[in-house]
Amino acid sequence: MKKIFLILVLAFVGSVADAQTSPETLIKNATVLTITHGTLQNTDVLLRDGKIAAIGKNLKASANARVIDGTGKYVMPGIIDCHSHSMLDTINEGTLSVTSMVHTQDVMNVTDVDLYRELAGGVTTLNLLHGSANPIGGLNTVVKIKYGRPASEFLFPGAMPGIKFALGENVKQSSRPNQPGVQRRYPSTRMGVEETIRDAFARARDYKRAWDEYRANVGKDKNLLPPKRDLQLEPLVEVLEGKRYVHAHCYVASEILMLLNLADEFGFKIKTLQHVLEGYKVAKEIAAHGAGASIFADSWGYKIEAYDAIPYDAAIMTRAGVVVSMNSDSDERARRLNIEAAKAMHWGDLTEEQALRLITINPAIQLGIQDRVGSLEVGKDADVAIWNGHPFSVYSRVDTTFVDGTVFFDRQQDLAKRADLAKERAALEQADPNKPAAQGSSPQAPRRRRPSHEDDTIEGDMP
Amino acid sequence: MNLLAKLANLLIAISICVICGQTVLAQQIGSVTAQDGVLPPRGVFAIRNARIVTVSGPDIDNGTVVIRDGKIEAVGASVNVPAGAQTIDGRGLSVYPGMIDAGTNMGLVEVPQGANGTVDLSEVGDFNPNAKAIIAVNPHSAHIAVTRVEGITNTVTAPAGGLISGQAALINLLGTSPKEMAVVPYAALVINYPRVTGGRGGEFGGSQQTPDNLSERLDANARELDRLRKMLRDADAYGRAQDAYAKDKSLPRPDRNVVLEALVPYVRGEQPVMFRADREAEIRGAIRFAEEMKLKPIILGGDDAWKVASLLKDKNVPVILTGVFSLPLREDDSYDTLYENPAKLQQAGVRFCISTGDAGAEVRNLPMYAGMASAYGLSKAEALKSVTLYPAQIMNVADRLGSIEAGKMANLVITDGDLLEIRTHIRYLFIDGRPVVLTSRHTELNDAFKNRR
Repeated sequence: MKKIFLILVLAFVGSVADAQTSPETLIKNATVLTITHGTLQNTDVLLRDGKIAAIGKNLKASANARVIDGTGKYVMPGIIDCHSHSMLDTINEGTLSVTSMVHTQDVMNVTDVDLYRELAGGVTTLNLLHGSANPIGGLNTVVKIKYGRPASEFLFPGAMPGIKFALGENVKQSSRPNQPGVQRRYPSTRMGVEETIRDAFARARDYKRAWDEYRANVGKDKNLLPPKRDLQLEPLVEVLEGKRYVHAHCYVASEILMLLNLADEFGFKIKTLQHVLEGYKVAKEIAAHGAGASIFADSWGYKIEAYDAIPYDAAIMTRAGVVVSMNSDSDERARRLNIEAAKAMHWGDLTEEQALRLITINPAIQLGIQDRVGSLEVGKDADVAIWNGHPFSVYSRVDTTFVDGTVFFDRQQDLAKRADLAKERAALEQADPNKPAAQGSSPQAPRRRRPSHEDDTIEGDMP
Repeated sequence: MNLLAKLANLLIAISICVICGQTVLAQQIGSVTAQDGVLPPRGVFAIRNARIVTVSGPDIDNGTVVIRDGKIEAVGASVNVPAGAQTIDGRGLSVYPGMIDAGTNMGLVEVPQGANGTVDLSEVGDFNPNAKAIIAVNPHSAHIAVTRVEGITNTVTAPAGGLISGQAALINLLGTSPKEMAVVPYAALVINYPRVTGGRGGEFGGSQQTPDNLSERLDANARELDRLRKMLRDADAYGRAQDAYAKDKSLPRPDRNVVLEALVPYVRGEQPVMFRADREAEIRGAIRFAEEMKLKPIILGGDDAWKVASLLKDKNVPVILTGVFSLPLREDDSYDTLYENPAKLQQAGVRFCISTGDAGAEVRNLPMYAGMASAYGLSKAEALKSVTLYPAQIMNVADRLGSIEAGKMANLVITDGDLLEIRTHIRYLFIDGRPVVLTSRHTELNDAFKNRR
C-alpha cells in the first residue's frame, strides 16, 4: 500500500519537477503591470538567466528563446503572501509563552500540493510564519515556491530573518475551556501578554549586555568565560540589534498600541503588524512607529476581537502612510490574493496602483526583499505571472507562472497532463492493495499528510 | 463623513427629478437607525435610462423599471413613468435582480468563536426537524446589512448539526422582525447525509477525519441511515393517521407529535429536502435515499457533483454548490477542480446554483464565487444566473425572485458596472420594493475613524 501511495505522490512531484527550464523567455505585446513604473501597453518582457533582462517595445531574443504571445494578456510580478503556513508540517509550538528557539525552516514539506495551487494563482513568494499560540513564537522562513525542488532551493536568498509575535485571544487561550486540575498557561489577559514580552526583552537585553561585555574584554583577559548560550534569547537580541524583523499577530487597537509602545521603549521596530484588523483605529500611531500592516481584505466577525474589523482597513492605513499588504493566512485564500487586493478598490477606493502594491512591492518591503522581487524592473528576479485578463477582474486566471525565469505553473501543460494522470489513477485503483476487501486486502483511504493550515480562521484555529 | 453629510450627498446623488410632478426619493430615506427600527416605506419608484439586466430575458440597453408597492410593475425600453413616481436617473448605471445565496446560516450566528451566546445554529440531538431557522434569525445581526449593501438581497438560512438539522428559511435581507424578512419561512428540510469522513455538515459541523477503519465507518453510516429512514416512515404514518382522523372523527384520536408533524410536508414530497453531501459516494447515496423515500432532494455542497453529473441530470436533482472557493477534496484533483465544477454541471445540463456556504460574514463575497466559476469555463451570463435566477428556481421562488420581470418582488440592485466584478460599486438597492440606505456596521466604523488624524 505504501508503495502504491508513494508512486501516486511521485506522479505529482513529477508533474512539475520537469518544469520547463528555459534560458530565455520573451513575452511579447502584453499589458505590463510594473507596479513601480506604471502600466505599459503593448510591451515586451524578456526573462534571461532568472532575471528580468529587459522591458520595452520590440525586444529581440536569442534564437532558442521561448516566445510567448502576450496579446490581450497581463504580466505582473509574482504575488507575495506575507502570512502563510503552507508547506509547514506543524505551525505552533504552543507549550511555552516564548518559543523563539523553534524554526519553521525545520518543518518544511516540499510535496505540499497546495504550493502548486498557489502557483496557479500567480503566487511566487511566501512568508512562512509560526502560529499565533504564544506571545513570542518561532522564527519565520521566506520561500520562493519552487515546487518539485528540494527544500534548500525554496529558501529566499537574502530575505531578512524574522520572528512571529502574537497578541490577543489566541495567546490568552480564551477559547480553550478550563479543564479541572489543569493549570492554565500564562498569560490569560492582555496585561499578561505585555508582561511576557517585556520580561523576555528584559532578559534579552541583559543577555546581550553579557555578550557585549565578554566580546569587549575577551581580548584583554584570555581567561574570561563566555556567557552560557541561550537559544531562546539569541533571536530576541537580533531583534534588538535590528537584524531580525518582528511579524506580530494582533487585532484590537489597545494591544496594537501596547506593542508599539513596548517596542519603542526597548528601541526596536515592529516590521509588520499581522491581521491588525483594528489598525484603522490607530493608523497614525502605526505610521509613526514605522510598522507595516499585513491584513485580510475583508474577513471579520469570526471571533470577538474580529468583530470591529472593516474592509476599509487597507485604505485607511494606506492613506495614513502605512505600508500595507494583503495576506492569506490560508492555503485556500492564497490562491486568489489578486481578488483580495482588488477589494481595496471596492472598499475604500484605493487606486489600481495602490491596490496592486498590496500584494507585490509592499509585502516585498515587509520582508526585506524589495530589491529582488515585487515589481517588474530590469535586474529583478524573473518571478512573473501571465494572466489571461486583468488580475483584478473576477473573470481572469493565470496562464503561466515563472520563478527565477523557470516555469513552475503552466495551464496548458497542466491540461495536457490530465488524461495521463487520470489513467494512472485508474491503474492505481485497480492495483491489488486498493481493491475492495472481497478481492484484496482491506482498503484504506489515503491519508492527507497534513491539513491545510489556516492559523486564524474558524476552521483551523490554533490547536 | 457624518450621517448628515452622507444624507446630503445622497440627496445630490439621487438626481432628483421634480419635473412631471415626481416627488423626491430622498425624503423616503431615513437614517440607518430608523431603517433598523422602521422599514423604509414602499411606494412608486422609477429607474430611468438605465441598462437593465433582466437575467430571464435579453438585456435592455436603455430602459425603465417601475416599482409599485413592493413589486416590479413594468420593465422595458419604452415604459412610461407613472405620475408621482420617485425617480432615479440611471444613466451609466445597470439594474440587476438582487443576488441570492441559497446556502448560508445568515442571522443564526453573530460571532462563532468565543461568544457561544450568539450562536443558534445546531440543536442538541440527531433529529430536529422542528428546529426552524426563521424562529431564531436575528433581524438586527450586523451581518445582514453588511451583506445586502453588496447587492445580495436574499439568503436561504439553514440550521446545521445532527442528522436532521431543522428547517431552513428563505429571507429578504431587510426587516425588523423575522416575519417581515420571511419570503418562505419553511423553505426546506436540512439533512446531513452521513459522511465517510465522519463529522456533520455545516459551517461548524465538526472536523472531518479519514476513518481508521473504513468498513466500521460505513457500517455506522448505514445504521444512521436506518434511523433516518425509520424517522421518515414514522412521519409518513403519522401524517396518514392525522388525515384519517380528520376525515373520520370516530377513529381514535392520534397523539400530536411536533417532531413528526414537522416532517410531513417533506416526506410527502411537497417541500424540498436539502442533503448536505460533498463526496461522490454521499451524493449518490443521498439521491438513492431520496428516491427510496420519495423525497424532493436538493444537494447542498456538491464538491464532487461534477463526478455525478449524469446521474444528477437523469434524476433532475439540483445542486447548491458551496465549494467553489474550497481546496480540492483530494491531493490529486486538478487545481481548478472546484473552480470549474459549475461549468461542468452546466455543460451536463444539471440544475445548479452557486453559494458561499458561509455562516454570514463572508456571504457578501458571493459575486466573486460566481466570477471565479466564470474564469474557469462558465459563461458570464450563466455565472450571473447562478446567483440570481438559478437559486430562485431551485428554491421554487422563481415566480417572485431571481430576475427583473413584471409582477416579481422588487429586489433590485443598481450598480455602476458588472455586478460580479469587485471594482463595481452598488449605487442603489431595493428590497421588497423598499429603498435601502447603503450603510452598515462597516460603513459606520469607516466613517467614525477614517478622518482620525
